[in-house]
Amino acid sequence: MAQMTMIEALRDAHDVAMEKDDRVVVYGEDVGYFGGVFRVTAGLQKKYGKSRCFDAPINEAGIVGTAIGMAAYGLRPVIEIQFADYVYPAIDQIVSEAARLRHRSAGDFTCPIVIRMPTGGGIFGGQTHSQSPEAFFTHSSGLKTVVPSNPYDAKGLLLAAIEDPDPVIFLEPKRLYNGPFDGYHDRPVTSWKKHPLGDVSDGYEPIPLGKAAIRREGSDVTVLAYGTMVYVAEAAAEESGVDAEVIDLRTLLPLDLETIVASVEKTGRCVIVHEATKTSGFGAELMSIVQENCFYHLEAPIIRVTGWDTPYPHAQEWNYFPGPERVGEALKKCMED
Amino acid sequence: MTDDKTYQPLALNVPEPGCRPGDTPDFSYFEVPRAGAVARPAVDVDPDDMREMAFSIVRVLNKEGEAVGDWAGALTPEELREGLRDMMLLRAFDARMQNAQRQGKTSFYMQHLGEEAVSCAFSRALQDGDMNFPTYRQAGLLIARDYPLVTMMNQIYSNADDPLHGRQLPIMYSSKERGFFSISGNLGTQFVQAVGWAMASAISGDTKIAAGWIGDGSTAESDFHAAMVFASTYNAPVVLNIVNNQWAISTFQGIARGGVGTFAARGHGFGIASIRVDGNDYLAVNAVAKWAAERARLGLGPTLIEHVTYRAGGHSTSDDPSAYRSADEGAAWPLGDPIDRLKRHLIRIGEWSDERHSQAEAELMDQVITAQKEAEKIGTLGGGKGPSPRDMFEGVFEKMPPHLIRQRQEAGY
Repeated sequence: MAQMTMIEALRDAHDVAMEKDDRVVVYGEDVGYFGGVFRVTAGLQKKYGKSRCFDAPINEAGIVGTAIGMAAYGLRPVIEIQFADYVYPAIDQIVSEAARLRHRSAGDFTCPIVIRMPTGGGIFGGQTHSQSPEAFFTHSSGLKTVVPSNPYDAKGLLLAAIEDPDPVIFLEPKRLYNGPFDGYHDRPVTSWKKHPLGDVSDGYEPIPLGKAAIRREGSDVTVLAYGTMVYVAEAAAEESGVDAEVIDLRTLLPLDLETIVASVEKTGRCVIVHEATKTSGFGAELMSIVQENCFYHLEAPIIRVTGWDTPYPHAQEWNYFPGPERVGEALKKCMED
Repeated sequence: MTDDKTYQPLALNVPEPGCRPGDTPDFSYFEVPRAGAVARPAVDVDPDDMREMAFSIVRVLNKEGEAVGDWAGALTPEELREGLRDMMLLRAFDARMQNAQRQGKTSFYMQHLGEEAVSCAFSRALQDGDMNFPTYRQAGLLIARDYPLVTMMNQIYSNADDPLHGRQLPIMYSSKERGFFSISGNLGTQFVQAVGWAMASAISGDTKIAAGWIGDGSTAESDFHAAMVFASTYNAPVVLNIVNNQWAISTFQGIARGGVGTFAARGHGFGIASIRVDGNDYLAVNAVAKWAAERARLGLGPTLIEHVTYRAGGHSTSDDPSAYRSADEGAAWPLGDPIDRLKRHLIRIGEWSDERHSQAEAELMDQVITAQKEAEKIGTLGGGKGPSPRDMFEGVFEKMPPHLIRQRQEAGY
């Protein structure tokens, strides 16, 4: 075991996967020589050579499209989109091609690729460095969507994603790259180096996709969260006096229905928290699933705390970001009924 | 301040084809270089030293049916007869499937009429293990590789033996074994995937090459640009084929081409070796394809080939070309018909005859009809034995996730 930041854990996952399997190739914008704008791929080109880790032209459709061709050949591309906000030029390749290749060819061709992208706000990223586009991917059949919230999960989930025989969208909350963040932007940031979840196992230890983790056990209300919102929800639970059970979904698709249902049946209440905009966001799907599966156990309406239905602003960052105060209010409101 | 009177009001330029329905076809703008006029450069030529080849047209067969010039002479009479057979088989197949769609046996079909040489001649330039990334109009790649006609028809009929289990629109074939990548309805996507496949071959130290395919209209897609950038940057072992059949449904090629001289010329900006070839000349297509494949296999980099041809049929069974182009245009097309031209050449060199041709035509049609009967015995769309509805839930992922299992059960399967 070693104490790592999320960046170091992700880099280590790449290293382990590349060492283990010659078919793993890593590329994207600034990913090669420079080691990535967030340092996730630092040192990989030096260790594995330019044919395994290399810089790509600034063309997201090209990065994803070539990876699909490589996967059809038999490689295991792990590619990076510099910010999730810039994935849209590649949406055709992801949704029309990667997601459907196995189905449309009846398994003649498959697409075992991982598309990594830093996601989320809370960093004064403004409109195009803060988005959370997960709902675009969960809505597309044929894709798996993963959002880790800590170094330990980041490494294990990335290893599982690379090993997965199907395309995986791997969203990395960049606000959590160096340390956990509970939404208190005016307090000093702590590092993962002092956090139990920064303790990352050496070697190859994948964490199965499709399994949620209960971060805080509670009996009053179930909070469904992922990414940065896990820490916001934990802080809100501590401060509001509501004994919330905080579930970190980790994988949005496939979703761990059993863990969600067991928790809501126990608490009878549910609050859903995500950074992404509200309308048709992933929270709407979670809300439907809880309503369909736990209707007779619900004691109050399900509440969503999300980003507003606006583009992500710059100056108004903390009015937009669903912080512990807003989540805490929702927890209390949920207990009123 | 600029004096407003200096400038006339600006006007938008919207290119128009030379003729519309009712007009007399006019291809006078289309220069047909003499067969044999374009020299064959060494495969290791610097792309900069063959720039004029993107503006001329490599042609081997002249009006008299003789094979002339540097690009001639690579095929034996037996190979030429195989080529003729491939093209005739594809045309017979098209005719029957077009008809089957009209009879309601399938929902949709797309013919290759007039473009048979492009895919048939190219296919025979590749080796086993190479991979094509075709569009929906290169079934000759399969025909020339002896992919079973019955299997193609089963796919078109979406019957119980459809290798794609009824999931795909007719003609969107897939055959990894025959080097034919799964066809997608989304245009241009496969062009850049071909480059990725070629990069993978290079990364793996392999000797296999890829071939990408795109139509004239789809070169306007962003993925065309992406493919060219990646092919150029990584010197990928790929042959990038543009099939310029003059039409993208109802839109003439000038709308996609804009002010540039040719589609092949687009390769120059990327430093890619770029050639135009007579797409209705089986010998020329095959020779240029072999040249480009050799370049790729020797690690000399990508080649862009513009196959100049004419879409003689409708865009698809859902299309009526008489609504936007002259009915006589196909007959006026200066590069003629690929089957007629190869037939004439074979007769000229004493390796074929009109009698043998008629006999072959009848035999190939019999072969197609026999296959059609076999496929229809299994089923057609909406008749006979179809794929299981349960199957549509399979293969979305390798292992069916719980939510799909629940939906499958909900659907009653």
